Amino acid sequence: MSPSASSTAVEVCGLVRSFGTVRAVDGLDLLVQPATVLGLLGPNGAGKTTTIEVCEGFLRPDAGIVRVLGLDPIADSAALRPRMGVMPQGGGAYPGVRAGEMLNLVAACSARPLDVGWLLNVLGLTGVARIPYKRLSGGQQQRLALACALVGRPELVFLDEPTAGMDPQARRLVWDIITSLRADGVSVLFTTHLMEEAEALADQVVIIDHGRVVAKGSPADLTSSGTQRQLRFRARPGLDIGPLGAALPEDCRTSEPRPGEYLVDGLIDPQVMATVTAWCAQQGVFAEDLRVSRRSLEDVFLELTGRELRS
Amino acid sequence: MTSFSPGTFAPAPGRGRLSRMLLTQARTEFVLTLRNGEQVLLTLLIPLGLLVALTLLNVVPIPSPRIDNVTPRILALAVMSTAFTGQAIALGFDRRYGVLKRLAATALPRWSLIAGRMLAVLGVVLVQLLVLGAVAFALGWHLSPPGLAPAALLILAGTAAFGALGVLLGGALRAEVVLAVANLVWLLLVVAGGIVLSVHTLPGALSAIAAALPSGALAEGLRTALVAGVTPWAALGVLLAWAAGAAILAARTLRLS
Repeated sequence: MSPSASSTAVEVCGLVRSFGTVRAVDGLDLLVQPATVLGLLGPNGAGKTTTIEVCEGFLRPDAGIVRVLGLDPIADSAALRPRMGVMPQGGGAYPGVRAGEMLNLVAACSARPLDVGWLLNVLGLTGVARIPYKRLSGGQQQRLALACALVGRPELVFLDEPTAGMDPQARRLVWDIITSLRADGVSVLFTTHLMEEAEALADQVVIIDHGRVVAKGSPADLTSSGTQRQLRFRARPGLDIGPLGAALPEDCRTSEPRPGEYLVDGLIDPQVMATVTAWCAQQGVFAEDLRVSRRSLEDVFLELTGRELRS
Repeated sequence: MTSFSPGTFAPAPGRGRLSRMLLTQARTEFVLTLRNGEQVLLTLLIPLGLLVALTLLNVVPIPSPRIDNVTPRILALAVMSTAFTGQAIALGFDRRYGVLKRLAATALPRWSLIAGRMLAVLGVVLVQLLVLGAVAFALGWHLSPPGLAPAALLILAGTAAFGALGVLLGGALRAEVVLAVANLVWLLLVVAGGIVLSVHTLPGALSAIAAALPSGALAEGLRTALVAGVTPWAALGVLLAWAAGAAILAARTLRLS
């Protein structure tokens, strides 16, 4: 992969970054296409924030190539900064500054900022526009940080755990905003610990651990590959499942793990579903609680990064 | 389906006007300083208290007329309190709160992160000069008119020297350490750095040391200018040397977080 012009929003190739003896990022590749959303997942300490801060130009890479909108985040910082929006993980305002003052200050740094009053209103901050930052709730501080990232009408935004500490309403709003950003042609790179969030928002998910990519792809790709899916239903116990097994493709296994609970393991496609329901009809039974379970992104994540707690 | 109409967030990036960015940053930080109780205590109330006390109470040997000799030192104290102590502490905590990173992620040029702070400091120094000057006049202060221009130069050079030292301290260490060191240095310089006690009344080697410190140079320089009406070139040189030295060091040690 060679760095090209701004045909990509973010291009990271072989990134290495250490702090002392700790390799926070260890040969990481990342690609964000224009007007798409990339979700960066990983346990605490996996290297997510380090990766984002290198892309933002706050950290110098030890090795590797990083291009953001086709530019070098450090050498071309002055040209790049007006084009990107940054939401850091926590903080980002004077302790005593009023929410409105802070947003005005960041807006003043842009040529054509969004209307500050409108943005405060959209993010539910109008009522606290005159409250000092240190007295805002965690969720309000997060929303102000998001406002600061968006106010300059950037082409690309970096959002480091944008919904951390937010209530469900605010989280939905942020999802709505991220969806609108993409629709309007803005590229988004965000980190999250919420699998539901990554599944809902990201075109591409990259799971990293110990500074390396352990999986990448669309949420659908990640959850459908690997372990196969299952189809379960309940019916009268003791049905002869031999003929069903014979009617199904070879890679499907049928079983009755508990009396009255039937299980088909394998690649469950619409054809398999039709075969199962047709078989039930022949037996004159009604399949209750029929459901196909898919691996969730959380299953994939835990499978790849383990279940032990990270410090 | 989103609740925003298409095009709401359509990209239209661009750098703001430099003067507008710089002035908005300076105005924000200026207002924050004046709104902060501890900063007001440090930059206005303590100098005011000392101005009145040293003038009216005969606790420290000061030549007559006392007010004419006290005011220049209090102005030096005011500059030191704002540009060094107040600025270092604010910078230490602003770094802790991610303010510098936040601003460094905007189109604001890197140099203006500090230039904006210096403008805000100059604004506060101006407020201090007005308030302290008014009170000093009320107490009967007479100044030598030919000394006004050199005094203004000294205040600019003093603000630069203490400001650079404040950035050097506040830009490199942890916020709590900055708080402790900035206050300790302030106290040492007030007592033994040529502010309350004039450089000439300090014992032995301390007298020579204090004259070479920015506190002693600024206090003594202002006194020479405002009482005698002469330009104190040596004091000006000392302040500019501190300003240059500290600025060069601070540029290497300043950290955003």
